[in-house]
Amino acid sequence: MEPAEHLFRQEAGRLVAILTRLFGVHNLALAEDVVQDAFCRALETWKFHGVPDNPSAWLMTTAKNRALEILRREGTARKFAPELGRFLESEWTLAPVVEEHFGIAAIQDGQLRMMFSCVRPGIPEETQLALILHLLCGFSVEETAAAFLKNAAAMEKRIGRAKKTLARSRRLFDLTGAEDVAARLPAVLRALYLLFNEGYHGASAESAVRGELCAEARRLVSLLLDNPRTATAAARALAALLCFLAARLPGRLDAAGNLTPLVEQDRSSWDRALIAEGRRQLDLSATGSEVSAYHLEAAIASLHANAATAEDTDWAGIVSLYDTLMKTQPSPVVALNRAVALAQRDGAARGLEAIASIEDRRRLARYPFYFAAMGEFALRLARRDEARQHFQAALTLARSPMEKRFLESRLRDCGPRR
Amino acid sequence: MSEYVFLYRGETDIKTLSPQEAQQSMQKWMAWFKELEKKGKLKSIGQPLERSGKVVGGKKRTVTDGPYAETKDIIGGYSLIEARNLDEAAELAAGCPGIERGGLVEVRPVMPLNM
Repeated sequence: MEPAEHLFRQEAGRLVAILTRLFGVHNLALAEDVVQDAFCRALETWKFHGVPDNPSAWLMTTAKNRALEILRREGTARKFAPELGRFLESEWTLAPVVEEHFGIAAIQDGQLRMMFSCVRPGIPEETQLALILHLLCGFSVEETAAAFLKNAAAMEKRIGRAKKTLARSRRLFDLTGAEDVAARLPAVLRALYLLFNEGYHGASAESAVRGELCAEARRLVSLLLDNPRTATAAARALAALLCFLAARLPGRLDAAGNLTPLVEQDRSSWDRALIAEGRRQLDLSATGSEVSAYHLEAAIASLHANAATAEDTDWAGIVSLYDTLMKTQPSPVVALNRAVALAQRDGAARGLEAIASIEDRRRLARYPFYFAAMGEFALRLARRDEARQHFQAALTLARSPMEKRFLESRLRDCGPRR
Repeated sequence: MSEYVFLYRGETDIKTLSPQEAQQSMQKWMAWFKELEKKGKLKSIGQPLERSGKVVGGKKRTVTDGPYAETKDIIGGYSLIEARNLDEAAELAAGCPGIERGGLVEVRPVMPLNM
C-alpha cells in the first residue's frame, strides 16, 4: 500500500500537539523527539514489512507507547503537564489518561490548543505563521524557510526564539477553560488567512510548495469548524473564501505553467466541488450580525465563481462589496482591487482614475501588480508606450519566474517601441 | 544463480530527517525492493534490526549492552538476494537508497554446501 502523499507530515503535526499536551508545553522538545523516534521506527520497519493498513494508528500507538515509557520512567524526576500532575503519578490513572489524549476528540482539541498557542501575543505575526507550519503541519525548519523564501539559519533562530517563548508560557491555550477563545480567535484566523495567501500569491517559485501551503491552511481551518467554540461565523466565512480561491488554483497556470489573470482563466478548470463547498460554508456563515472582512472577501470570490465568463461577472456587485471593505478594512491593496473591478464595470479609463486617487498609494510602490494594473488599463486604451513603461516597472519588481514570464508576455503585447 | 546476503549499514542521518524526507526515503526503499522482486532477485526481503541489543562473549559468557560499534557500522537490516555472480549482486546493491543517506551495503555470498 502506498501511504498518502503527506502522511508523515500531517501525522507529525498531530502527534506533536498531543504529546505536548501530555508532557506540558515546557517539554515541547521532548515531544518533538518522541515524534522523530516514531518516524524513524516507521521508516525502518515499513520499508521491510510494507505500510500497515492503518498507518496513522500505527504511528499513534508507537508514539503512545514511548510516551508511557517516558512518563513511567521519569514521572517523579521530571515535571510534566501541570494540570495532569496527579493523574500521571499513579499507574491506575496513567494509562487511561494517556489513552484519552490519543482519542479522536482529544487529537482535535490538542491541535486547536497548539494553534491558539502559536498566535500568542509576544510572537511576531510572521513567526506565528512559520511556527504553525513547523509545529502543526510537520514542516522542518529548512522546509519552512523554503516555503517563505527565507534563509534557513535565520528561520532556525526565529523558530527557536518562538519555541522558547512558547515553552515559558507554562501551559497551552485551553479552549475548554476560562481562557478567552473569542479574543484569540481573530489572530488564529488571520494567521491561517496569511498562510493561505503565502501559498496563493507568495513569492515562492515552486508551484508544488504553494499548493501545499494552501492545502495546509484549509486543513487547519476545517479543524476550527469541527469545534463549536471555534466554528464562528467569521471562521466559516474564511473557510468559504479559501474554498473559492482554492477552486481557482487549477486555472491560475496555463498548460505551459504561465500565470493567467482571473479574467482570462479557463473557468472549466475551476474545481466545482470546492465551489459548492464554498457556497455551503458561506450560507452557514450568514448567522448572527457579524460581517467580517472574510465575509466580504468570500462574497466577492463567490461572485467570481458564479460567473460563467469574465463578461458575465456581476462587476457592480463586486465594486459595491469592495466599497464596504474599504469602509471596514481600508488598505491600498483593497483599493487597487476595487479599481480593477471598477475598470471591468466602467472601462479602463475609470480604472486608471481610481488608481490615481488611491490614498497612500506610495505604499504600493514595491507591489508589481500595482504597475501591472496600470499597464493593463493603458494597454486596453491603446496607450502602448505608457503601458510598456508600467509593465517594465512591474517587471523589475517581479518576485518569481512566473510573474516575470507573465509581465514579459504583456510587454510583447505592447508591440515594438515606436 | 547464487545467494547473497545484503547487510544494510549506517544511514547515519536518519534521526535528522524531516517527516517529509523520512516518508520519501521510505518510499524509495519500497520502490527499490519492488524492483528487485520484479527482476526475480529478491529471495527474501529480510528484516530490519534494532540498533542496540546485547553482546555475549568471553569465557564467562559475559552479557553486555551493545553492540557499541561506530554508528556507520551498525547493521540496520538484511535481505537475501539471488544473483548470477558477486559482480551482479554488487551492481544490484548500488541502487540501494540507503547509500544516498550515508549508508553502505555489505554484499556477502552465502556459502553453498556443494562446492
